[in-house]
Amino acid sequence: MNFFFYLAAAIALISTIMAISGRNAIHALLNLIISLLAVSVIFYLLDAPFIAALEVIIYAGAIMVLFIFVTMMLNIGTEKKIEKRWLNPRVWIVPSILAALLLVDFILIINGLQIPEPVDETLNTKQVGISLFSTYVLAVEIAGILLMAGVIGAYHLGSQKKKVTHRFLKK
Amino acid sequence: MLTVPIETMLIFAGLLFLIGLVGLLTRRNLIFMLMSIEIMFNSAGLVFIIAGRHWKQADGQVMFIFILAVAAVEVAIGLALLLQVYHHYKTLDADSVGKLKDNNQ
Repeated sequence: MNFFFYLAAAIALISTIMAISGRNAIHALLNLIISLLAVSVIFYLLDAPFIAALEVIIYAGAIMVLFIFVTMMLNIGTEKKIEKRWLNPRVWIVPSILAALLLVDFILIINGLQIPEPVDETLNTKQVGISLFSTYVLAVEIAGILLMAGVIGAYHLGSQKKKVTHRFLKK
Repeated sequence: MLTVPIETMLIFAGLLFLIGLVGLLTRRNLIFMLMSIEIMFNSAGLVFIIAGRHWKQADGQVMFIFILAVAAVEVAIGLALLLQVYHHYKTLDADSVGKLKDNNQ
């Protein structure tokens, strides 16, 4: 079991790095889908099969397909010169070293933590559902309102309108 | 039964978050910046799942579902904005979208 965890973690890290450093947007998105599938395997190993299914269906299925559709719609070609300069190692090596130092700090702190031993019970999806619709029912309503606002906002932003200028600004 | 220590899992989630952060800071393409934000959302959710499994609390998985909803809304709005930016400026370079910047200084 531990081997599968380490394998999935390595796949996730490598494919995420490839997704971030890729030049081609479609290739980067496909790498990101591999990374999300690897994280989904980790969720399954962590006794959360429902969350693993959600990760595949919503993240890798819906969100990434949205990205790919937009990328294909825009037909993005080669990157701009300025980004080529940004991707030059000389520019990002110092921030990366600083971030790596912070990571070392984080690892040392985590290793020094006194984390209590895990409790010996089982957690199944039924408990998650009961908790979601009893303790967190207000948060579910708020998430519904947020999704509604997202739908209206995306519709408003996505509709192709004629360019309207205010009557005072008209020449 | 998975016996990986929780420290290792947290470090893995931290590494994923770090990769997303570095991507957000180094890339200037708006699509890549949105992708990096997604990676960071995902690693934050991973921490919730890890902690929820450690203490056998359902709250971790509930929080992940909320993170999923927020990420979906964020992507929908972000991509709609991205389409509008492309429509107006014919580029996805984040630095070129600087019309609000005061150039008189």
